Amino acid sequence: MPTSGSRWRRHGLIVITAVRALRRNALRSLLTALGIIIGVAAVIGMVAIGNGARASIEESVSALGQNVLTIFSGSNRNNGISMGTGGTANLTLGDYRALGSEVPGVVALSPEISATAQAIANGRNWSTTVAGVAPDYTGIRDWKLTAGAMFDEHDVNSASKVALLGPKVAHELFGPLNPVGQSVRVRNIPFVVIGLLESKGSGFGGGDQDDRILIPYSTAMRRLTGERYFRSLTIRVISAEAMDSTQSQITTLLRQRHRVQSAEDDDFMILNQKEIADTMSTVTGSITLLLAAIASMSLVVGGIGIMNIMLVSIKERTREIGIRIALGARPGDIRLQFLLEAVALSLAGGLIGLALGVAISTTVGALSSLKPVVTGSSVALAFGVSVLIGVFFGSYPATRAAKLDPIDALRYE
Amino acid sequence: MTYASGEAEVRAVDHLSLDIQRGEFVAVMGVSGSGKSTLMNIIGCLDPPTSGTYLLDDVAVSQLDRRQLAILRNEKIGFVFQSFNLLARTSALENVELPLHYSEAVLPRRERLARATAVLTRTGLAGRLNHRPSQLSGGQQQRVAIARALINNPEVLLADEPTGNLDTRTSADVMGLFQSLNDAGITVVMVTHELDIAAYAKRMLVMRDGRVVDDRLNDRRTVASEEQARLQHAMTNAMLDERDADAH
Ligand SMILES: Nc1ncnc2c1ncn2[C@@H]1O[C@H](COP(=O)(O)OP(=O)(O)OP(=O)(O)O)[C@@H](O)[C@H]1O
Ligand SMILES: [Mg+2]
Repeated sequence: MPTSGSRWRRHGLIVITAVRALRRNALRSLLTALGIIIGVAAVIGMVAIGNGARASIEESVSALGQNVLTIFSGSNRNNGISMGTGGTANLTLGDYRALGSEVPGVVALSPEISATAQAIANGRNWSTTVAGVAPDYTGIRDWKLTAGAMFDEHDVNSASKVALLGPKVAHELFGPLNPVGQSVRVRNIPFVVIGLLESKGSGFGGGDQDDRILIPYSTAMRRLTGERYFRSLTIRVISAEAMDSTQSQITTLLRQRHRVQSAEDDDFMILNQKEIADTMSTVTGSITLLLAAIASMSLVVGGIGIMNIMLVSIKERTREIGIRIALGARPGDIRLQFLLEAVALSLAGGLIGLALGVAISTTVGALSSLKPVVTGSSVALAFGVSVLIGVFFGSYPATRAAKLDPIDALRYE
Repeated sequence: MTYASGEAEVRAVDHLSLDIQRGEFVAVMGVSGSGKSTLMNIIGCLDPPTSGTYLLDDVAVSQLDRRQLAILRNEKIGFVFQSFNLLARTSALENVELPLHYSEAVLPRRERLARATAVLTRTGLAGRLNHRPSQLSGGQQQRVAIARALINNPEVLLADEPTGNLDTRTSADVMGLFQSLNDAGITVVMVTHELDIAAYAKRMLVMRDGRVVDDRLNDRRTVASEEQARLQHAMTNAMLDERDADAH
């Protein structure tokens, strides 16, 4: 009766035989594994880069704030083609007040009106974006202050000349000094700096959010631009569940106020932060999937390469197989030997491919702002898939070897 | 036993009825192509007969599947092939050890190598353990093949021209080995072209066209130890003659 020790020994010997055969043809083995190496590296790299892209998109979307709706003036569509924002500005102070008082889901809101202007302080000069907003603005955008405080309704009512500086502006004008309490001239109007904004990095639609000055919207309208309309309104909704209903209430209200006929399109556009986030992650998700699918074609090609080489190798080694069978190797032993060769080939390819994929991801991470994420699941998948490929494409050649007739095999030249 | 060769059926072994008892030492002779190797393949469970029956230890070999045949070959039969069939690029030691890889209970490596070393020593190759077949002479390869056939302590030793590549002296050594194995109870069947090699056997068969045409017991059996002594004596004499010639 075979003990379990002797059975392990039997399989161990078959493993050794398989690995030796591969080592004997090291160059051929490497070339054969190349398909798997490239396939696994491509899948790992693609998934890592896709994950990184999704993470960075999610980050910028959530930088917009939680449960945020943004209303832009002008219709967003023209014959179904998005024309972007910036049609005729038509959001009024009246709209702003009506939304605040008539839509129950709105917990905070702020208009936004912006202009490019020259800021001078401390003998230095910096061109930046000046945005007129309401006191709620920083709260809606989850924008913290590192020093000072946000202006209040009183400042809005009196169109105070107070300003909050983005970290970039503060750095350009004041260097490391604390700007709070200092004076800044914007288009030659003196403002008092009452707060310093925390860094938020580059924004969703590009543009550095840190390079910015916030002032009361009333001040901006009256003293800076002279405009009567807002470019956009930013709204925080009470909860994620209320987003859709609030959005439709806002649409109804604004259509009424703007006297839009029922057959006409909206003359404004509402961006739903949650929708954007969902759309973006669906898009990146499907792009990642597509790239991974293309990459995995290379795995299939690699598998066929393995099958091809195994068939050639079995032809070449017909005599060896005949000798083994004649000396008592059972069909299962021969099958296992060649199956193990195929699996060892593709597994080795998988491991090298994994290392290569991680190297590619790391390089991409070092060279761009993207932070690729190699997840444990994609590593496990690479492993599993390469073993499966070895088993799948190795089975047929191994079965053929096991079926050889010893007499024919021994006669084979 | 028939082979399909193109259109025609080749009857390599035909209407052959043979009974070999445990402990016999049979020499099979016959001209080239008479079916000797084919008979050996049948006895060796390598090539089950296409028709007819072959019983080994009362087991009907033609009814066994490939796995059962493999086990039988591994455990009961030692086969020395006409063309050696050693693995190239593999040392003598590993070639001899190979059948042990496929035994039911695989021995630890150290024991396998010890046994392989022992049989190689017995066939006079103690000094060539790590040589590959390509680094060995024809006769040495033949002795590696014999050692491999003996590693699993077979009940039946089949040898297809085991002395085909050996000189008279080494042939006598190999026959001595076969005779002592046979004395220890192993059944030996060997193919040979040479009458003086067949003379070491207890029974002699002659084949022609796939049939046994002569089957007789050998009553004037050569005993290897005597033959070895005779050869030794002859060689000594030859050397003495040579010396005498030199002296004149
Ligand atoms: N696989 C095969 N296919 C077709 N014919 C075969 C096959 N094997 C053997 N034969 C034929 O069977 C006959 C017997 O062959 P076998 O090898 O048994 O002869 P042998 O007596 O061993 O000859 P030798 O002394 O030359 O080794 C020959 O005529 C040979 O051509
Ligand atoms: Mg022959």
